[in-house]
Parts: sequence; C-alpha cells; structure tokens
Amino acid sequence: MISQFFVLSQRGDNIVFRDYRGDVQKGSAEIFFRKVKFWKEDGEEEAPPVFNVDGVNYFHVKVVGLLFVATTRTNVSPSLVLELLQRIARVVKDYLGVLNEDSIRKNFVLVYELLDEVVDFGYVQTTSTELLKSFIFNEPIVVDVARLQALGPAGLFMQGTKRMPGTAVTKSVVANEPAGRKREEIFVDIIEKISVTFSSSGYILTSEIDGTIQMKSYLSGNPEIRLALNDDLSIGRGGRSIYDYSGSSGSGAVILDDCNFHESVHLDSFDVDRTLSLVPPDGEFPVMNYRITQEFKPPFRINALIEQAGPLKAEVIVKIRAEYASSITANTILVQMPLPPYTTRVSFELEPGAVGQVTDFKESNKRLEWGLKKAMFLLNGLMSCILNSIVGGSEHTLRAKLTFSQESHGNITKEAGPVSMNFTIPMYNASRLQVKYLQIAKKSKNFNPYRWVRYVTQTNSYVARI
Amino acid sequence: MAPPAQSQRSPSPSQPSGKGEVSDLKMQLRQLAGSRAPGTDDSKRDLFKKVISYMTIGIDVSSLFSEMVMCSATSDIVLKKMCYLYVGNYAKGNPDIALLTINFLQKDCKDEDPMIRGLALRSLCSLRVANLVEYLVGPLGLGLKDGNSYVRMVATIGVLKLYHISAATCIDADFPAMLKHLMLNDPDTQVVANCLSALQEIWSLEASQSEEASREREALLSKPVIYYFLNRMKEFSEWAQCLVLELVAKYVPTDSNEIFDMMNLLEDRLQHANGAVVLATIKLFLQLTLSMTDVHQQVYERIKAPLLTLVSSGSPEQSYAVLSHLHLLVMRAPMLFSSDYKHFYCQYNESFYVKKLKLEMLTAVANENNTYEIVTELCEYAANVDIPIARESIRAVGKIALQQYDVNAIVDRLLQFLEMEKDYVTAETLVLVKDLLRKYPQWSHDCIAVVGNISSKNVQEPKAKAALIWMLGEYAQEMQDAPYVLESLIDNWDDEHSAEVRLHLLTAVMKCFLRRPPETQKALGAALAAGLADFHQDVHDRALFYYRLLQHNVSVAENVVNPPKQAVSVFADTQSSEIKDRIFDEFNSLSVVYQKPSYMFTDKEHRGAFSFTEELGNLSIGVESASNVVSAQIVEASDNDLLLSTSEKEESRGPSSNGSAYSAPSYGASSNHPLPAHSLQSSLAIDDLLGLGLTISANPEPLPPSLMLNPRAVLDPSAFQQKWRLLPISVSQEYTMNPQGVAALATPQSLLRHMQGHSIHCIASGGQAPNFKFFFFAQKAEELSTFLVECVINSSSCKAQLKIKADDETTSQAFSDLFQSALSTLGTP
Repeated sequence: MISQFFVLSQRGDNIVFRDYRGDVQKGSAEIFFRKVKFWKEDGEEEAPPVFNVDGVNYFHVKVVGLLFVATTRTNVSPSLVLELLQRIARVVKDYLGVLNEDSIRKNFVLVYELLDEVVDFGYVQTTSTELLKSFIFNEPIVVDVARLQALGPAGLFMQGTKRMPGTAVTKSVVANEPAGRKREEIFVDIIEKISVTFSSSGYILTSEIDGTIQMKSYLSGNPEIRLALNDDLSIGRGGRSIYDYSGSSGSGAVILDDCNFHESVHLDSFDVDRTLSLVPPDGEFPVMNYRITQEFKPPFRINALIEQAGPLKAEVIVKIRAEYASSITANTILVQMPLPPYTTRVSFELEPGAVGQVTDFKESNKRLEWGLKKAMFLLNGLMSCILNSIVGGSEHTLRAKLTFSQESHGNITKEAGPVSMNFTIPMYNASRLQVKYLQIAKKSKNFNPYRWVRYVTQTNSYVARI
Repeated sequence: MAPPAQSQRSPSPSQPSGKGEVSDLKMQLRQLAGSRAPGTDDSKRDLFKKVISYMTIGIDVSSLFSEMVMCSATSDIVLKKMCYLYVGNYAKGNPDIALLTINFLQKDCKDEDPMIRGLALRSLCSLRVANLVEYLVGPLGLGLKDGNSYVRMVATIGVLKLYHISAATCIDADFPAMLKHLMLNDPDTQVVANCLSALQEIWSLEASQSEEASREREALLSKPVIYYFLNRMKEFSEWAQCLVLELVAKYVPTDSNEIFDMMNLLEDRLQHANGAVVLATIKLFLQLTLSMTDVHQQVYERIKAPLLTLVSSGSPEQSYAVLSHLHLLVMRAPMLFSSDYKHFYCQYNESFYVKKLKLEMLTAVANENNTYEIVTELCEYAANVDIPIARESIRAVGKIALQQYDVNAIVDRLLQFLEMEKDYVTAETLVLVKDLLRKYPQWSHDCIAVVGNISSKNVQEPKAKAALIWMLGEYAQEMQDAPYVLESLIDNWDDEHSAEVRLHLLTAVMKCFLRRPPETQKALGAALAAGLADFHQDVHDRALFYYRLLQHNVSVAENVVNPPKQAVSVFADTQSSEIKDRIFDEFNSLSVVYQKPSYMFTDKEHRGAFSFTEELGNLSIGVESASNVVSAQIVEASDNDLLLSTSEKEESRGPSSNGSAYSAPSYGASSNHPLPAHSLQSSLAIDDLLGLGLTISANPEPLPPSLMLNPRAVLDPSAFQQKWRLLPISVSQEYTMNPQGVAALATPQSLLRHMQGHSIHCIASGGQAPNFKFFFFAQKAEELSTFLVECVINSSSCKAQLKIKADDETTSQAFSDLFQSALSTLGTP
C-alpha cells in the first residue's frame, strides 16, 4: 500500500499531490526532490528508483521529464509500486491525450478525479482506463498538439511515414471529436529495441531484441480482435543454452526466448495457429512483450579504427554500412565515441558530397559525435523533409584527426571508444515477427474501422568495440 | 493532499503569494453560495479549481472551509468531487468546522445515484476527525449492504479508515465480522480484495490485544479460505491477484500433491505482463518448494525466462526492481545461472546501480567454463571511460580470481591493468594484487616483478598506497629497492594524511628492517621517531610498541611482526547467511532492493500485515484449533516472532543500532517480565566461553545411557526456524511441574541455565507470568541429529506443554524423557 502519490516537475514543483493515508509527513515531496537532486554530489550517479530516508520509502519513475513519486512506510513490493506509477502515467495519458507538464497543470482536477478512483487509502482499486470511464466527469482540456514533442513509443510514427495521422495517438479516450462522431480506428505497433555488441574484430558478441506489441484502440462497442502472428513462431529454446546459435539462424523461423501477455489476451488457439484473441480495453496497453536472443542480421555494420599518427596525433576512422533493403530508411542517427582524455582538438573530414551530416567534438566529456539527422525545412508552413538519413545499402565514412596535449603511452585503443550508435528505423523489424492479419469482429456491414499496423526498430544499445 | 506547509519554498513570482488571493476567493465564494442563477455552477467550478490548485502548490486555503461547505449544496458532480477533495484535506485541521460537512455528506450517502453514495461515503470516512466517528457507523453499515458494488468497495475500505481513526468504534460495531462475511460471499472481486486488505490490517493490529483477532488472522490462512481465493484467482484484477498471491505464499500446504496442484493452477501467472504479478507468483513457488530440493531447483529454471523478459521489457525503474530479485536468486544459486552470464553483461547506457548489480552477478556465476569470457568482458569495462564502473569491474575480476578459477590467466590480466597506467586502474589493481598474494603466495614472483615497477609517486589513494606498502614490507627480500622506496615514503611522513597508510608504513618498515637490517636501519629510526610524534593515537601507540619491542628483544619482535603466514583461504563475507535467508524470506519486497532485512529499515508498526509483530507477552498459548494447518500456523507465527526478536536484539547491539523499535511500552511496563533475550543469550555465551556451562548445576542428573547430548551444540536461529518449519511434531506431551520448579521460574533465566546444564540449549524465550514460552534445541553427542523443543509453561496451573521435533524420530521419546527429567530437577539444589 502507498501513503502518498505526487508528480513533480523537473524543477521540483508539485503539480499533483495526493495524500492517501496521512502517515508520511507533508514535506515529503521536498525531501524527495532534494535527495534526488543531490544524489550525484554524494559520489554516486543518479538516484535509484527506490530509496529510504528516515523510514519512508520513496519510489519514482521518470515519465516525459516528470517525476511520478509514491511514498510508503511499509515494506511493499517494489515492482508493484513502480508498475503502479507507470500505469498511473499511462491512464493519465489516455485521458489527457498528451502527457506533459502543461497538460497535467491544465487538467489537474481531472487527474485528481482519476487518482481518487485508482487508489483508495493506499490500496490499488483499478488502473483500467475503461473501468475508470464511468467515474470521470471532467472533460479534458486538450493542449495544443502542434507544440508537443513526440514522446513515448507511439510518438515515433509522427515523423517519416506520411500516411499516419499524426494526431491519432494523442486523442483522449474521453474527448469528443469536433465532428461529434468518433473515428473508429485501431493502432497496433510492433516496437523492437535492439542491443548489439560487436567485438573489435567485427563479430557479434551479444545481441538481443526486446519487442512489444502495443495496441491502442478507439473502437466503439468493444469488438473482439484476432491478431495472427507468424505461423513458424516458436517460444522457448528447449534445453539448449540460449546462446547456442547453431541451426537457429537461416531456418527462417522466429524463435522467441520468452514472452508475456496482457491479461485481456486469450491464448486458446495460440498453440494451434499463433493467433491472439482479445477484446481490447480502452487506452494504450502492451498486448505482448517478447525477448529474442536468436541471432539476427544487424541493420548496421560499424567499422571503427583509431591509429597513432605521430607523437601528439591520432586518426579515427568510423565507417557505417546499412545492411537493410534500399526501400527502408533509418533516421535520427547519432554515432558517438569517447576520445582519449588528453584530446584537445579534432578536425573532421566527411566524405565528399555529404549533406546534412553534423560533426562535433564535445570538449567537456571528450566525446566525438556524428549526427546523420534528417534536415528539416519549414516550407510554406508545411513540414517537409529533405533527408540525409541512411538509405539501405549505403555506406558512410567519417575521418577525424585528433590532436593531443600529451603523449599517449601504451595502447591508444584502450583510451578511446567504444563506438555507440543510436537510430530509429520505421517500417523495419529486426526479428521478422509479423502481424499477419488483424481481424475485427464485424458489428454491421458498413463497419470498417481504420487499422494501422506499424513496425519500428530502435536502438537500446548498439556498440562496437575498438 | 497538498502540503499546507508554506515554509517549504518561497513562492516564485509566477505563484500567488497567498493572502490577498485567498480573501478574494472567499468573497467570491460567498457571493455564489446562495445564488441560484443559471451558470452559477460554472463559476463555482472555476473558483473551486483555483482553490484546489492553491492547495496543490502548498498555499493554505483552510480559511475558506465554511465558504466551500456552503457552496457545496449542488447537484453538479464535478463540483461535489472537488469539494470532497478539499474537505478531506482540511477537515483534520479544523475538526469544528468539519462538523458542518457531516450533514451534507450524510445526505449524499443516501442519494439515489450510487456514484454519489460512494463518493460521499469515501469523503465521510476520509475526514480523519476522531469526534465525528459516531456519524460514520450508520452510513458504513448501510454501505456494506448496498446493492451497488462500487458503494460496497468504498465501504470496505471505509471500515479500515474508521479503524485507524477509532479502533474501538470499528470493533464495537462488529465491522470486521461483516467484512469477513463479504470477503467470502461478495460477487464483486474488488470488494473481496478490499475486505482482505482491510482485514489483514485490522487483525494484525488487533492481534497484539486480542486472541480472537490473532485467531482470525490465522484463519485467513486456513485451507478453505485459501482455496476460495485460488478458485477465484482469474476474476481478480491484476493488483488484487498480487494481494492474494502474497497471502497464499504464507499458507502451508499439507502435502506435495497440494503443492503441485497450486503450482499448476498458477503457472500461467508467470506469463503476465504485470511484473508485480509475476514476482508474487515466483515468491509463492519458491516458498512452496523450499523443502523439496529438486522441485525448488526446477522452479529456478522455470522462472528464469520470465524474469529476464521482465528485466528487458519494462521501464528502467521497473527493470531495476526485477533485476534486484534476479540478483538475489543468482547469489543464492549461481550454478543455475552460469550459462546465462551474457544476460548480465552491461550496456553502456545503463545506470550505475544496474551495472553494479550486473557486475556482482557476473562475479557470482563465473565458473570453469565461462570465466575466460566473463573476465574478457570485464576487462573491456575496466578500460571504460566510466570510472566508477571501471573500478567496480576491476574489483569483480579480482573477486573471480579469488574464487580460484584459472587464476593463472586472471593474474596476467591484472598485471596488464597495471601497465595501463591509469591512476584509478592502478589503484584498484594494487588492492587486488595484495589480496591475491594473501591467498596465493605462490604468485608472488610474477606479481612482485610488475608491482616493483610502479612508482609510489603515482599512487595516491590511501587504500592502494597501503596495499603497495604492505607488499613492500612483505616482499622486502624480493624487491630490490624496497628499503629505499620506504625511506622516501617516510621522508614525506608529514604529507601523508591517511592514518591507515602511516600504520602500514610503520609495519612495513619493521618487516623490511628485520630482513635487511643494514639498509633499513636509518629509515626505521626515522619512521619510529615520526610515529612517536604522530598526533594519531593508533599510529603513536604502534610506533611506541615497536620501539619497546625492539628494545626488549629483536627475535621476539621478529616473531611478532614477521611470523610465518598461512595463506588466507576464505575472506570474510560481508553478509551473514542468516541475513541472506531473511532477505530471501522477504522476496518481492523492498528488502531485496535494499539488500537488508526489513527490520533494518522499517519501523515495527509498519512491517506489513503478516510480519508477526505481536509482543512476546501475548502468545496464544494453549489455543488449539480443530484444523491442523491452523495450529501449525499459530506455532509458525509465534516462532517467527521469537526468533525475530533474538536476531533483532543481536542486531541492535551493533553500532548502527535500530533499537528504537524495541522500546515498545508493553515490554518495559511489567515488573516481572523476563530479561530481554539478548542478555540471556550473551550471558550464556560468556558462560560457555568460560566453560561454566557444565558446572552450573551442582548435581547434574545422570543422563540415561541411551542418549548422550552434545554439550557444545550450536544451531543458528534461522536454521532452527527452517527446521521447525519442515519437521513434523514427533512428541507432544503435557508435563506437570513441581512447585520448586515453578518457583524458580520467577526468573525464567534460571530455567535456561538449568537446561543448559543438561546440554539442552535455549534459542529463544519470551512471555510474562503466568505464561512462558521457550524454544530449546539439543544435538546428539555422537552424530549431527538435532532435537527441537517448544515448551510452554503456565506457572499458575503448573503445566508445561512440550512439543518435540527431531531429525531422528526414533529417539525423540528418549529425548522427551530426558527433557522431563531435567525439568523435574529445576529449583532443587
């Protein structure tokens, strides 16, 4: 059970504060914020999500730059409280459409209304967006959509793929459409976060895909939905060690190490035809989370080299090759590499004709940055993009000449690196897991809701050692 | 809700300072209070919103109380809700005006709309004003019987709120019984779950005062109740499932079939997307199979994949919580995770606290097959730009080396670290090389060759410097320039700020002197002089000691300072196994994240509904329920408590004591209460040390030849607890004490001494006249077979009830006789 719940802004202001049991002092938000802020100065890095000050346990999660915090004096399950905080954030987002400081400030009465029903005297009552609907009477005040930054997994789709209606995912579950009628639609997003570590000789040391099938339904009348995945999907890797790659690649089958499901999912026919059936509740929720350590083809190959080029000089060469089909484009690419601490100056040399690439040497933390971002231009009020994002099959090289303030002794490769890369690739998924079809039980003949099935691959950790 | 404490922050310019705005609001609210004009509600809404927003940012708007109440006569539900919120926040501080709200809240409790009834009832119960409780009983009673489940849901939690305002009112109105009825019969599972939460809290708090409540609390763990919950499991919300699973984890099944049935029923919970449900299920599985080694191991295998999925699927915060639990399991059974080591590799963007856990896991799972790869990976981190992690990684490499897998290769790597010439790498490595040499002196040759090349000027950190100096002293023979390096260090004595380093310097120069006298004599003289003049007491004393030692006899000094050393085989563990077991028992709680048992960070009254916190004086003695399971639970409960208190007291003797929890009033109040267990324990320990254990009783009863007990038997409390849980009762007898024996019980301590004279040792005791409870253990002299005894003595009826459990049941009757004969001589000279 929890005692208090509150939301703090980045500056530590109370945006929402609800005391459920009155057994933790009122100044807890202040104590919490001070502790988090000064954690770093006490020698450690950032504050852990759970800590104890004078017998009070503080839990927090960071969501869109806000701190969602709960306090308690009892020895509760940390997973339960952290999950609850995350859920509260999601419920609030479902109701407000957009979750940020501004939207919460504008709608704090509605947020209090939600908090009253979600938790009573510290005990969780419900976090279901759907069930909460009958208790909520405030209308959300919608914040200006144009100003919002795209946040959260669904935000990924706002750029790039033009056919996605950008505002769809920022609709409140209770707000009425201007036209008076709700647009019937459903979004199914397959979001994969990949982690790959390449050895200095280019071998893959470890690789993992953490995927989730996220759903957000705006369908009225709660129709049943069937979601079919690859036929050859299998779960569990038997008795074999999960890193025993032999035989698993190349066969084409998608093998999940493990997965879990939302409670609304029925698995009755999953074993037979790999079909999930569910009646999607309102709001955004993960239908299924999965984890894959089966070897997959990494979307990028990284070649990085650092060489001594004289007593006070070295040269860095970073080469990136896109290994996916040319119809696909990765964007928001950023390559980073820590340089030796005595580096004073870096001069970059891009390949001839490179457009929209940005290079930088971050003096403060001695880090090289190479951005291959989309360049955005605002034309006649319309957002159009001229990209230099990486098209499949292409290769890009960066050369950098380093100047040192002192001679390096020993092995320079131990002083620099590893190279890490961040990117997002829409309409690509590393695992080949697919939603083969999305079937919605028909209510009437002319019931034909919009269905959006979208894929995206993001980096969790993409590292090449040198 | 909003903290009224205004002092907390000076209002920023954008925030209203308070006063003026509040009186403005007051005026406006007054004007609206009586108005029935159309649109009034809208203006009220705006005003109410302002009030609530002031409340949130910490401005005290309690002065508006009466105006807010006046305005609350409305049918607008949004307004009502805001008003309830406001009233709930300020009623406690303004009990007189809170009375004003009772009227309209009571009226709303009878509204046609169930939503309004529920909301009003919730607000009514949230007033937290003690002298208004009489107004709660009626509406709560109606609420519990309401036809609408929402109202019942609110009412069940309302009962709990009432209990916290006035426990007596709640009990007198017989609400717990009504809750129990609802819990077992209500069609709505959220009502059922709320009843369970409320009852757990109420009965745990009541249990210290009423036997009935503690019986009721145990009854929650009875088979029918547990099965009732299990059968409805899927109807519960995910949060209520966590609650139920937590309850079921305390149930003791009668046989293994029951265990397997339960696990089969709940297996799909491991695939739930909510990590809290998964962890609660895992806890249950682990608890159920504790006594079945094979199955327990299978459980580990089964839960591995779900745990790893949770680690990688949620937010970083959630995955940290799960990772902490994985860490606990890995530390308990590293072999079972040895092939999963790649999952514990760190990713560059993970936070420090996650990486630290992972490094510990990597260290733990290292074995013959994976050490090479793990150490290679760790060496990558050691070269990392992230310095704290680099340090941790080097320590991890060192720990693995100390675990003795392929030390050869690892030593090479450590020596490579020294060649990297990074200050912090060198520093960490030196400390490790020192530890390695203490364990594997045979490596000294290779290590010293490299260490000798390190200039002491490049080593600044005290720990590393101390390590280097230690090696200089210890290997003075092998290191050519040791005397001269030490000499230069002594020259800079005054610049050395760390006393630890200075102490090491003294010892090292002594060792060096004893081996290479002519070269070191000068340095030794300088060191002793500097040491004698040192302001640090320890340094001064050590210098003086060495000086006198040398004066006395150099060969004695040699024996003292430079005795032949044995290689250290095991380094002291930082955490006792007892504490680790306690943390494991508290799986799926904060104890796991903090890596401390709950008593170290929680106040006594907050240890959760089922942590058995009742005082020793209130043991439920002689209560035997019809159901075996229940009685076992009672024993379990009190045992836990007894054992808990012993270990807690031991804990509180430490410097960082958390003893405050122990000055509970009921303990000190009574005049003839037994001595606190720790003084018993410690005095016994001293007796034992002095070998007095056997001489206390003047005429030891001759032991029956059939059974000899080990006078020096040892058993730690957690092992006792474990055994008590697992073994069946083998003898249960009632024994009538003689009057001298009862008289001697005036100081229960005498019984403990007496029994120890018979090689029967007390592990925990408690109680107040006339009821005392003791737990004893004894071991057979020739083999490791243990007897456990629960002895409950009622000094007014002169009856002692014995429950004996034994590893070897064939001898338990003989032991029982022995025990009784020992008891019979209590009080006789």
